[in-house]
Amino acid sequence: MKGIITVLGKDQVGIIAKVCTYLAEQNVNILDISQTIVQDYFNMMMIVDIAKPAKAFEDLITDLHELGLGIGVEIKLQHEDIFNSMHRI
Amino acid sequence: MISKFEVQETNTMISEMKLDVRTITMGISLMDCGHSDLKIFNQKVYDKITRLAEKLVKTGEDLERQFGIPIINKRISVTPIAIAAGPVETNSYVPIAETLDRAAREVGVNFLGGFSALVQKGYTDSDRMLIDSIPEALAVTERVCSSVNIGSSRSGINMDAVKKMGEIIRQTAELTADRDSLGCSKLVVFCNAVEDNPFMAGAFHGPGEPECEINVGVSGPGVVKRALEEVKDADFETLCETIKRTAFKVTRAGQLVAQEAAKRLGVPFGSIDLSLAPTPAVGDSIAEIFRVMGLEEAGAPGTTAALAILNDNVKKGGVMASSYVGGLSGAFIPVSEDQAMIEAVQRGALTLEKLEAMTCVCSVGLDMIAIPGDTSASTIAGIIADEAAIGMVNNKTTAVRLIPVIGKDVGEIAEFGGLLGYAPVMPVNRFDCAPFVNRGGRVPAPIHSFKN
Repeated sequence: MKGIITVLGKDQVGIIAKVCTYLAEQNVNILDISQTIVQDYFNMMMIVDIAKPAKAFEDLITDLHELGLGIGVEIKLQHEDIFNSMHRI
Repeated sequence: MISKFEVQETNTMISEMKLDVRTITMGISLMDCGHSDLKIFNQKVYDKITRLAEKLVKTGEDLERQFGIPIINKRISVTPIAIAAGPVETNSYVPIAETLDRAAREVGVNFLGGFSALVQKGYTDSDRMLIDSIPEALAVTERVCSSVNIGSSRSGINMDAVKKMGEIIRQTAELTADRDSLGCSKLVVFCNAVEDNPFMAGAFHGPGEPECEINVGVSGPGVVKRALEEVKDADFETLCETIKRTAFKVTRAGQLVAQEAAKRLGVPFGSIDLSLAPTPAVGDSIAEIFRVMGLEEAGAPGTTAALAILNDNVKKGGVMASSYVGGLSGAFIPVSEDQAMIEAVQRGALTLEKLEAMTCVCSVGLDMIAIPGDTSASTIAGIIADEAAIGMVNNKTTAVRLIPVIGKDVGEIAEFGGLLGYAPVMPVNRFDCAPFVNRGGRVPAPIHSFKN
């Protein structure tokens, strides 16, 4: 099962580091990262493999959301199926 | 692999354009609850609903989090009580409505539909008792919704029931007069009612449906509106294509949620209802779509055409996105639940007569319209007869959900609260139709019903 992580917010040092450290702790493998910064606005998308996470998917969602609140950015984790259904036939 | 653009598009639809799954509705058959003793019947009904729907709300909330898409309502529809309660020996069905209300509260759903009767060709004794119980049932319960089917393209129109429902709507209004006649917002009179509609207040679990199933209603007027803003001056081909593409994506989200919910709850997936259902929130409005299409206000000349285009293309886009499409499937035009419709009424752009014309091409009918509190039962029956005739002749579902607001007159505001919104009281044609309505009997089925 794959998940999509999106991070939106004002750019600062260490956003990716914090997210990646957390994911490594939870045994979540990163498959793809793309990132852009437009006018100091940080916009990142990650595709992650959540086949064998240390915690339940629900808890990962909550943790990442709280991690985002801590550094002032919005972090979302969603099941990839919502995007596959809407954009692929 | 999914691209960043696609992820962004979905998430913008959700966060800025109010894309959501409007309702997950669990249909539950009560056919096996029959018993002559009212207490035992009520206990069986309560036990069955609370057992099957125990995890409905939790499952909805889990899916909401996992996919990151809001699922606004979790609801229940049951076998029309006039059928399920047939064997019960009693002189009122109000205690059954109270039982349904308790069950709905226990499992945490905000509405439960099915305090209903299907009388398109005539009444059973049970139908009669149910209809007589409606005003009190809606006054003493909070979450129970009621509907009565008084006509169909196959059977014609039961004019005795039309007349009766005019009286029932008035009594319901009077019994809830202290709450701006709120009871009437939970009562729908149908022609050609559908058996798997997930939307309230007209949902019930028809006799042809399985033991238990999940039906899902999608929405997304905000998404359609934003997509059309991108093609503002384009021709009708582009307009229609844009609506279709958007409806496709919206429906796919609903299909995913429906299948996943059905799987987790261990019940079959019934169908997706492809409806554009507005809410009172700004930006979640059908009438705002009309503005983007080029009409100054809903009700301006061209509105019926605009609605026909919208309705047809929502269906064309949605049908391919889902394996089973059912329910009402189209654009809803409730007045009180749509901010820009309310504005159109207040500016004098939209009248009851124009709304009636619009119901010839939309998915349902005269919906959530506040009318003066002194409107007579026969006038309400006349309006019901007109809507039923449109449905019967055009082979479509039509409905009437009128609220005669006791103590209020044209221009005053009726407040219903929450998703039901508020509505300005609209004027009604005052010429008499009582001798017509009072004739009684049945209107025979139209000629095109004989298809065999």
